[in-house]
Amino acid sequence: MIYTAEINVMPLKELLDPQGKAVVSGLKNLGINEAKDVRIGKHITIQIEAETEKIANEKVETACKKLLSNQVMEYYEFTLHS
Amino acid sequence: MKFGVVIFPGSNCDHDVIHVLETVLQQEVKILWHKDKELKGFEPQDCIILPGGFSYGDYLRSGAIARFSPIMDAVISFANSGGFVLGICNGFQILCEAGLLPGVLMRNGNRNFVCKNVFIKPSHNDSAITADLDLNKAYKIPIAHAEGNYYVDAKQLSRMNENGQILFRYCDENSNVNDVANPNGTLENIAGITNARKNVFGMMPHPERATESVLGNVDGIEFFRSLISYAGKIEIDVMDDLLR
Repeated sequence: MIYTAEINVMPLKELLDPQGKAVVSGLKNLGINEAKDVRIGKHITIQIEAETEKIANEKVETACKKLLSNQVMEYYEFTLHS
Repeated sequence: MKFGVVIFPGSNCDHDVIHVLETVLQQEVKILWHKDKELKGFEPQDCIILPGGFSYGDYLRSGAIARFSPIMDAVISFANSGGFVLGICNGFQILCEAGLLPGVLMRNGNRNFVCKNVFIKPSHNDSAITADLDLNKAYKIPIAHAEGNYYVDAKQLSRMNENGQILFRYCDENSNVNDVANPNGTLENIAGITNARKNVFGMMPHPERATESVLGNVDGIEFFRSLISYAGKIEIDVMDDLLR
């Protein structure tokens, strides 16, 4: 079975996100003064072949932990669907 | 002492390091390819250098993909057996990603790619790379990076301070460590660190770019000299033990 993982990797909430900060000033220049906090992360999709959803879940978990995010500065969350 | 310089796809300071070691300092250098799986013929008093650059285009995160290059397992084993490993700039980022050094290099707080000469001050003489450095001197060394903002959690930072794992801090030309001298928002002006065992070193500044008068800056040569002289002393100790 082929599963699709939809992964979000985001900077930890307590850390400064310089990209987000830059985008806030860009939004102000666009006239959207209401924008207060912008956080920028990554959205990653993986097509993964696995016998069961549980196995697919474990593999994606390992990918997130070991390569796709660095937990010193980021957190991740994902959903899996077939 | 022998040096191994690892070339990853996207490394761009590899030949600067090789030139300094081979031509300026007359050291033996072996060029290593990221696909090599072993470090043949290296002893613990030797040093593997991960040079600066943009390994794998800095895709995903700086150093994140290089960390899984085939040679890294051998580099990790070498470090764990006590061998010297030095990561400069992108090499430092790779060592953090590989878990050989604690913490992470985040995007610069000021959002800029910063490329200029800065001053750094060694914290102590208790490591191979700082052993012969002058603690009262502000060393002028260039930096060139967008992700040099060192971060580690407070608990780990206090452990690192206690263990003497902070090697270098950004300072002004009079050796004052202050906010004005901090080029990228890095924690406590940290420019370089080491592991608890003090055989793995990571630094954002580029000493290899400051080694000859023709470059207008020679302070960087002292870092390599310190390392070579320290390793030389280990070699003498090993010989003494063998002869005893």
